[in-house]
Amino acid sequence: MSLNTATLPAPAVAPHVSGAGSVTRTMLIVQAALLPATLYGFWLYGWPAIFLFLLTVGACVFFEFFCLRLAGKAPAAHLLDGSAVLTGWLLALTLPPWAPWWVAVVGGLLAIVFGKHVFGGIGQNPFNPAMVARVALLVSFPIPMTLWVAPLPITAANAPGILEGLRIMLGSLPIPDAVSSATLLGHAKTELSRGVDLLHSLGAAHGPMLSLIGERSGSLGETAAWLILGGGLAMLFLGVISWHIPLAMLAGIALPAAIGHAGNPARYLDVGSHLLSGGVMLGAFFIATDYVTSPSTAPGKLIFGFGCGFLTYVIRTWGGYPEGVAFAVLLMNTLTPVIDRFTMPRILGRDRRGQPLSIKS
Amino acid sequence: MIVAILSLALLGLFLGLGLGVADRIFKVETNPFIAEVESMMPGSNCGQCGFPGCAAAARAIVEGEAAVTCCPPGGKNLAAALATRLGVSIDLSQVKDDGPKIAVVAEELCIGCCRCSKVCPTDALIGAAKQIHDVLREACTGCSSCIEKCPTEALTMKPVPVTLQHWIWPKPIAA
Amino acid sequence: MGFFEKIFSSHWGVHPDDHKRPAADVPVLRLPVPPRLFVPLAQHVGAAARPRVVVGQKVLKGECLAEAQGNISAPIHAPTSGTILAIDEITAPHPSGLPLLAVSIAPDGDDRWFDCQGLGDPFAESPQAIAKRVADAGVVGLGGATFPSSVKLALGLRSGIDTLIVNGSECEPYLSCDDRLMRDKALSIVNGVRVMLHSSGAKQALVGIEDNKPEAIAAMREAAKPYGEVKICPVPARYPMGSDRQLILELTGREVPSDARAADVGVIVHNVGTANAVYDAIYRGRPLISRLITLNGGAMGAPGNYEVLIGTTVADVVAYAGGFKGDPARLIMGGPMMGTVLPHARVPVVKGTAGILAFSAAEVAEQEARNCIRCGSCIKACPMGLMPLEMAANIRAEKLDGAEKLGLADCIACGCCAYVCPSNIPLVQYFSYAKGALSAQTRAQLRQEATKKLALSRQERLDRENREKVEAAARRKAERAAQAAKASESAPAEAKAAVKEAVNEAVKEAVKEGASA
Repeated sequence: MSLNTATLPAPAVAPHVSGAGSVTRTMLIVQAALLPATLYGFWLYGWPAIFLFLLTVGACVFFEFFCLRLAGKAPAAHLLDGSAVLTGWLLALTLPPWAPWWVAVVGGLLAIVFGKHVFGGIGQNPFNPAMVARVALLVSFPIPMTLWVAPLPITAANAPGILEGLRIMLGSLPIPDAVSSATLLGHAKTELSRGVDLLHSLGAAHGPMLSLIGERSGSLGETAAWLILGGGLAMLFLGVISWHIPLAMLAGIALPAAIGHAGNPARYLDVGSHLLSGGVMLGAFFIATDYVTSPSTAPGKLIFGFGCGFLTYVIRTWGGYPEGVAFAVLLMNTLTPVIDRFTMPRILGRDRRGQPLSIKS
Repeated sequence: MIVAILSLALLGLFLGLGLGVADRIFKVETNPFIAEVESMMPGSNCGQCGFPGCAAAARAIVEGEAAVTCCPPGGKNLAAALATRLGVSIDLSQVKDDGPKIAVVAEELCIGCCRCSKVCPTDALIGAAKQIHDVLREACTGCSSCIEKCPTEALTMKPVPVTLQHWIWPKPIAA
Repeated sequence: MGFFEKIFSSHWGVHPDDHKRPAADVPVLRLPVPPRLFVPLAQHVGAAARPRVVVGQKVLKGECLAEAQGNISAPIHAPTSGTILAIDEITAPHPSGLPLLAVSIAPDGDDRWFDCQGLGDPFAESPQAIAKRVADAGVVGLGGATFPSSVKLALGLRSGIDTLIVNGSECEPYLSCDDRLMRDKALSIVNGVRVMLHSSGAKQALVGIEDNKPEAIAAMREAAKPYGEVKICPVPARYPMGSDRQLILELTGREVPSDARAADVGVIVHNVGTANAVYDAIYRGRPLISRLITLNGGAMGAPGNYEVLIGTTVADVVAYAGGFKGDPARLIMGGPMMGTVLPHARVPVVKGTAGILAFSAAEVAEQEARNCIRCGSCIKACPMGLMPLEMAANIRAEKLDGAEKLGLADCIACGCCAYVCPSNIPLVQYFSYAKGALSAQTRAQLRQEATKKLALSRQERLDRENREKVEAAARRKAERAAQAAKASESAPAEAKAAVKEAVNEAVKEAVKEGASA
């Protein structure tokens, strides 16, 4: 309560110029960086994937509109900042490409309402909304969320057409058995649990070489690892993200993977497979770098990124799930405020502990 | 299953007993709040709250007999600070507080009866019998005890004027 | 900024667009004496000056109008010869629009100087004598801080400083008055610096000039060539390079502790304009009555630098300089990063005015604030190493103490954080509000302690009056008894003494009764 202000309306405050971009510009750059991988994913998986993507984004925008209205805010201005679209986009990239429609809608609800607006809207959520949705979906609906398909390029003869694609997404047509397949990580884990070690289970059909081109099963954002990497580097050069989290996260996976694979190649996957499969590239450049849920300081970002990578490796190698990026990111999100507090920058004129510097006479 | 039920029930019983014993043994007898609350009060013992002085009002507030909004010179600031300290929730919109006020004498109406200067708790009103009185701005706490004493209504409460040195920026409106 | 610069160099601060030229390249124009001058009494840090002229008095140019009050204060002088019309209130050049006391002068047209005596050889005088002359000339920091310069020089001498830093960086965009001063009056500045060296006891002077001013650097280098103790040091152009802590760090590598002054690390900082004012005061005996200001902005008719008498209204300055181009969307005193908005143009130019900017609607950053997205750009930009987003979040939740713990007192209000914020959050306003609210709380606390003391002394006064009343009553009673006893005149001396003792006893008893009542 300001008791001493003059009765004039609040005067304009310095600075009177601005050099900032806008939130919308940032979101547009991120979406542009995701576009190549997304289009490639559309080509690889065909019409069902396209419809699923559109429905996920649409559901997110719908729930955002609904929540904004409920909060009494003008929906138009806030929707234009593009954050709901981006959340939907990222969520869609982590779903199985031929998942049924209700996975998309429930995912949108979980991400926007329970992952973001319940905490107060943009900027207030402690957890990454897309990851909240993905993890909740995975735990609640394990079968549809792990029903992967082998790539079936949209131009192939036996690929579903538009109407067929729509029907597959809407659930009226079942996924043909011939198409369903397991991801590299899923296959590796299943075989290991059956006692078949990696040297035997990873044959030509699942060789890491195929990961490079992406011609293997996985989610939309998983298969095109190189395109994701390219988009991520573009964002880095445009200054939208900093290099700390991606580098730290990739190191967090690569280092243990290298050590493990060098020690026991039959039990531990190699670095290339780890980095190019699953949601690692997407996670490192697009998901863990989310401004709101990651630390704001440079050393904090390094710790956060490394933690995400390391936890991903641990979950993948010894955990119950074949893919660990989503869980790792959520776990590190809980530590973000603590990391921020312990990596505060040094104030000029004070020492690391916050005490004024002593004068050297 | 019987074992599970029994063990959990026993655990609950044991912990509950422990809590009860702790409440008896470690109970805090004296209330250290009163002195702290008293230091937060204006300390001018004006009596506007109805209690004989700020110490008595502090005791009453801590013991729950008086509301945290009972002090007019303290205004919203004091009510909010007391509410925070005591962990009470209050509806600040009910507290009438238009900012700090001080008394002002309308010199053409003052008859020098001295009734006001006798009740001022900080001797902020100066003036002798049959002489025009005036208010020392730095000493006035805004308790309003003098207002009703004046037979000619020469005394009114006016908001403290803002000066260039004390002006502060208003808080920005959040998005 | 590029990817590699981000890793390998310190990246505090921002790089706003310069906008200094073509205004910086236009030759300086001197304003004629305006029809009316309003010279405020408080144009400096510290106590306002006390007027020593009366209404109707005739004054000469440079005559003292008001004296310094106290240690931290400065005198005010008449900018031109004329008659004192009034000493009353004028709108202060401050965003609040509150009034300020000023001496109003009607010029007589002669512009006649009073008798100025400059010093032939300042280096023969003692440092204290030089500081006194600087104080009497009303010289204050012309960079905008307006701290009385003589006090700073004396502080330097007392602290045994070794370096005098002369601030010629002028890091604010749009402003170029220091640039022009260095180009046109390099010799005066250098001589002023030499006098300041003598008066402060410093061994060397480092003149920091941003590298976007090559002409100024060249001119200053030329002027300082004969003097080895005055070194010209170009610094990278970055805002806020001109902030004293940043400039000290850049030029000397020393970091000023947050609870200490620059003098404690052996340095004092003065603006080049102040050095020029010291030259005028010492060599020409002239007090500070005019200064160079920059007029710039999209809505300014003739951008450039103008020499203006202190006390000229902004309206008069702009009218002489060709008026506005259309209706300015915002009128700013100072630079765009830290300048204050003016309520209207009928405010006086004061010693701390470095420039007047008239912004068109396109130039003003007028956008609605959005939610914080925690992007961290503000942390990267902050030159003091603070976390503006955390402090603002605390202040929004009214946790002012939390903000203070995060380092609110170290904030220099440079505006870098708000400049880079993509959500257009008015961060500087949050911090200014919090600093103001905290100091208001401290003031209220002090006031409460003072009134408590007053209430206590009132209680003591009432007790004392009560006691005296009881004593007086008892004394009167006893005296009446003594009168009655006196009626029997033949009472012997011992009886009289006994009566006196009885009176005293009675008084003591009555007082005891009165006290226990």
